[in-house]
Amino acid sequence: MIECKIKIELDSFILDANFSIPDKGVTVIFGPSGSGKTSLLRALAGLEKTHNGFLKIGDSIWQDSENFVLTHNRQIGYVFQDTTLFAHLNVQGNLDYGIKRSSNIEKEFIDSILNLLDIKTLLNRSTSQLSGGEKQRVAIARALLIKPKILLMDEPLSALDIKRKQEILPYLDALHNDLDIPIIYVTHSPAEASRLADYLLLLDHGKVIGSGPINNMLTRFDLPISHGSEATSLVEAKVISREKEFNLMHLDFPGGEFLVPDNNLLIGSTVRLRVSARDVSLTREKQVDTSILNIFPAIVDEMSPEGKAQIMVRLKIKEITILTLITKKSAKILDLKNGSKVFAQVKSVAILS
Amino acid sequence: MLNEYDLSALLVTIKLASITTVILILVGTPIAWWLSQTRFKFKAVIEAIIALPLILPPTVLGFYLLMTLGTNGPVGGLLESLGGSSIAFTFTGLVVGSVIYSLPFVVQPLQNSFGSIGKQPMEVAATLGASKLDRFFTVAVPLARSGFITAIVLGFAHTVGEFGVVLMIGGNIPGETGVLSIAIYDHVEAMEYGQAHILAGGLLVLSFVMLLVVYMFNRRFSIMRSN
Repeated sequence: MIECKIKIELDSFILDANFSIPDKGVTVIFGPSGSGKTSLLRALAGLEKTHNGFLKIGDSIWQDSENFVLTHNRQIGYVFQDTTLFAHLNVQGNLDYGIKRSSNIEKEFIDSILNLLDIKTLLNRSTSQLSGGEKQRVAIARALLIKPKILLMDEPLSALDIKRKQEILPYLDALHNDLDIPIIYVTHSPAEASRLADYLLLLDHGKVIGSGPINNMLTRFDLPISHGSEATSLVEAKVISREKEFNLMHLDFPGGEFLVPDNNLLIGSTVRLRVSARDVSLTREKQVDTSILNIFPAIVDEMSPEGKAQIMVRLKIKEITILTLITKKSAKILDLKNGSKVFAQVKSVAILS
Repeated sequence: MLNEYDLSALLVTIKLASITTVILILVGTPIAWWLSQTRFKFKAVIEAIIALPLILPPTVLGFYLLMTLGTNGPVGGLLESLGGSSIAFTFTGLVVGSVIYSLPFVVQPLQNSFGSIGKQPMEVAATLGASKLDRFFTVAVPLARSGFITAIVLGFAHTVGEFGVVLMIGGNIPGETGVLSIAIYDHVEAMEYGQAHILAGGLLVLSFVMLLVVYMFNRRFSIMRSN
């Protein structure tokens, strides 16, 4: 576990972060701009001095009433918002800076990181000869090469344009899948959060307003992210077969099978699907003469009004939770109550990874 | 071409400027770093004191140095009571005076350079395992390279060119405190314009070459640039 109890006085409010999160997988700290996300990450790194805080990562205590482990002794990987390669060193020199100050960094490990981020061909370049995306990949590699106990990433994509973001995201997926260290990732982008997070920590105005596994968080009606037309839910699924004739893939998940357009993923790979609440509709009887392929039996778990005309419905498809946004009139016609048996028709899903 | 007197003035000047520059870098670097990082309430007071030699008539500075370092002054008196001798009218005294006089020419470019690095490179270095001193020498100093070049050239050149302070505290003792700028004055006094031309022209060319080096290394450089 990562345990944190930190108070920092910021310009306009007090950051009061009191939480524990798992010490594996990707935890996304999510919140609007100016909610204290970056300050929290800096405090985890020891870059922001706080008094009377408590911070424990796994077995190591980094801060308590008597001790404050300084940043350079914390063994953290930190990726800053904008690229921060040292201008007086070339790519190799930047990578070596951290390696030289760490112990037990084997050649094979270095190779694996260089391959993971695909930067072997850049080593002799000067930092000014790199594109924005390349710079950020080198910065990520530099952070990983010290064998950090934890990787802290502060909006690593925010300084990049859409195209560069798309270029970096697969590498972040690779980090997510290949690394066994915890990653804490700060962002205000819902797309990045839903793609990368295993665990979500919501921050608003310096307060932790909730934390938990990503899909629980996305579908909890007491939290703002489960409301509005942007509300989504996530489903983990596995590619099991393809239908060549129609160029479709069959994705298996605990509630059944999704049929989605084939995007050449390998059979057996796991994918994360995003199901937008707007793209799910409900019927009482299973429709047969419909164009919708993905229809699952579901049970209404809870309902919450959305404005004057709409209602957000949380559904259980076996143990999987998804959201659907329907009108109040539809809810009345279908006579929906908690526990009602329905069929969820999913019009489209987005494959995130 | 150069007589013995001129030659010794040249040697004293080079020796003085070199020693002064080394001391200035050693003393000025920590001061400049501190000024670039601190949020000390009275930072402006310290900055103003260091900048004083920029506008103070050199003779004023020299006068107070003489009062302080001379036999009857607090520092001179202390040295004598400890069994030493006053450093007024000695080479050591000249070095002390020159360091104080040229301090702003070293501190200000360094402070500007350190300031423009910003906090982030140092924080990055910390996350990569570099201690405070380690990251100062491996990140701050190399990134402030142009500031160091400017500081060295200006510190050296300004020491070579000083007159008032040297006259007040050095006393123009040949081989000990007799420097070029005073030698030129002496030549002019004695109507030896030819000799004065050689020395003055030499200094002119030297100063131009040194500034040329600074501008070539540092395209955005300006002596008058403030923070």
